[in-house]
Amino acid sequence: MSFLTLTDLTKAYGDVAVVDGFNLSVEQGEFVSLLGPSGCGKTTTLQMIAGFVDVTRGSIQLGGRDITHAAPNTRGLGIVFQSYALFPHMTVWANVSFGLEMRQVPRTERQERVDAALGLVGLTALAQRYPRELSGGQRQRVALARALVIEPPVLLLDEPLSNLDAKLREDMQFELRQIQRKVGTTTVMVTHDQTEALSISDRVVVMQAGHITQVDAPFVLYENPRTRFISGFVGKANLVPTGQGGALASLRPEKLRFVPAGAGQVDGEVRERFFLGSQWLYRVSTALGELVVVCPNDGTPRLDEGTRCGVAWPAEAVRPLADGAHAA
Amino acid sequence: MSGAALPATSRSPAAARAARPWWLSAPALVLFSGMVIVPLLMTAVLSFNVFDHTTGVKAGEFTLAHYSKVFTDPYYLGIFWHTFWVSGLTTLICVLVGAPEAFVLSRMGPPWRAIFLLVVLAPLLVSVVVRAFGWSMLLGREGLVNKLLALLGIGATKLLYTDAAIVIALVHVMLPFMVIPVWTALQKLDPAVTQAALSLQASQATTLRRIILPQILPGVLSGSLLVFGLSASAFAIPGLLGGRRLKMVATVVYDEYLHELNWPLGAAIAITLLAANLLVMLSYNRLVEGAYRKRMGA
Repeated sequence: MSFLTLTDLTKAYGDVAVVDGFNLSVEQGEFVSLLGPSGCGKTTTLQMIAGFVDVTRGSIQLGGRDITHAAPNTRGLGIVFQSYALFPHMTVWANVSFGLEMRQVPRTERQERVDAALGLVGLTALAQRYPRELSGGQRQRVALARALVIEPPVLLLDEPLSNLDAKLREDMQFELRQIQRKVGTTTVMVTHDQTEALSISDRVVVMQAGHITQVDAPFVLYENPRTRFISGFVGKANLVPTGQGGALASLRPEKLRFVPAGAGQVDGEVRERFFLGSQWLYRVSTALGELVVVCPNDGTPRLDEGTRCGVAWPAEAVRPLADGAHAA
Repeated sequence: MSGAALPATSRSPAAARAARPWWLSAPALVLFSGMVIVPLLMTAVLSFNVFDHTTGVKAGEFTLAHYSKVFTDPYYLGIFWHTFWVSGLTTLICVLVGAPEAFVLSRMGPPWRAIFLLVVLAPLLVSVVVRAFGWSMLLGREGLVNKLLALLGIGATKLLYTDAAIVIALVHVMLPFMVIPVWTALQKLDPAVTQAALSLQASQATTLRRIILPQILPGVLSGSLLVFGLSASAFAIPGLLGGRRLKMVATVVYDEYLHELNWPLGAAIAITLLAANLLVMLSYNRLVEGAYRKRMGA
């Protein structure tokens, strides 16, 4: 029996099922991400686990206890909201302490645990500040400390990094993972950012229109996308015919390399070239359609726009897609 | 200065730009100074003028007699006390009724919220005089309220021309001024903050008391100031529902001007009311907001 189990979880508004037959088992200590475009039902799923949205059908089991219809304030889950939802009229310290107060933790123990939680997120020096006096990244850490201090069985993260700027978001990704490893809390994160999902999760659940389309470890998911949607949503992908009755396969741009014309699987001409810092991205028009080729910026001579070239790839890089056959 | 080197033509657009805010606010400034500042100054000057019962106001002669009368005569002091007492009670009831009303309103669904907001605002659409007469019919000796009390076995109660009537009618008139600021404050709340409190195992009551209430306090504060200020200077309601005997400051000012024809004394009372109102409101503001200024970032 896994730690958190969602069985046939469904939320419908009238006839419209926002989440439809969601099944997922999360092991203790696991970090699972729900990944999908906006409107795919990932946030609704999280809200059902939290208890803020009523479950239409199905059940939620947490550590052997059925919490499907339990009130949100009896579930004891730690939640980090997208807007952080800090109490604006309380200091950082009081924000973090609130959950322990509600649990009637004695004063001395409360002091110790709040200090420890603030130490964990590196905010000890700002304990007496008010939320409005903090930067976005600092507020995010307060929200995390407030959710973790109660030592919840499950930590729910709702797009926790989406309000941070790119640089900070990257730093926080690693920090979030580090903290989660250290405290070992089972974590479910909702995100629309595939980089975020791939870099910090143990498993990624890809959702589309209320359904799960694939559940896999990040590397497996990236290497073996099951559908056209996933191959395009998780990383970049070239769609190439497999040669079997119009079926399509996914071919990752970084698996392709340039060879002299005639020496690869297909010949083409470089249409456009973009410099991405650590990589070059080429758009090459070929008989298979336009292919995107990504080459590391490792000192090898780069190709100019208009160059005739061959494109080669290892045969195992071609991953057939389940729904490729009925593609346009 | 580099400005001296610039041709004159480039300077005049800059000057025009600098003047633009003044031109834009000119209509409001003219209206405000014409309708508020000037009459107020004239009233202030008038309040120092000497008054003689046979010859009337003496324009060139000044005295502090009217103020000393206002501040020493127990009749006037009593009326000031009565006015602030009634206004304070009205404000208190408006807080107790209006804040929960706004809270319920903010929790309503789309069709009902608009309907009930209109119900709350409806009193503003009807003339105060009409509403006062409405209340006098309801509260009169043969009124609906007394008939209802009679049905319940309680004998005829004198309601009209009592403080109760004034307070009831004032609460009815002032309620929108409490509901709207509180409602606005509630609209600004992030619903996730409430959810956060619940997720930390706070009960609904604790969430309301410790999370929601402190955040809407500025709304309650501005509502209280509006209600108190408007109640303390209310004229029609105490005039029509208080009768000849129960006086409030505004009705006394009216009496001085139109019955006693002692304009300077009326002006002195009016200026004193303004000052006292300001004093009460500023100290209330400081008292309540001071505690929250640091936290909420006033």
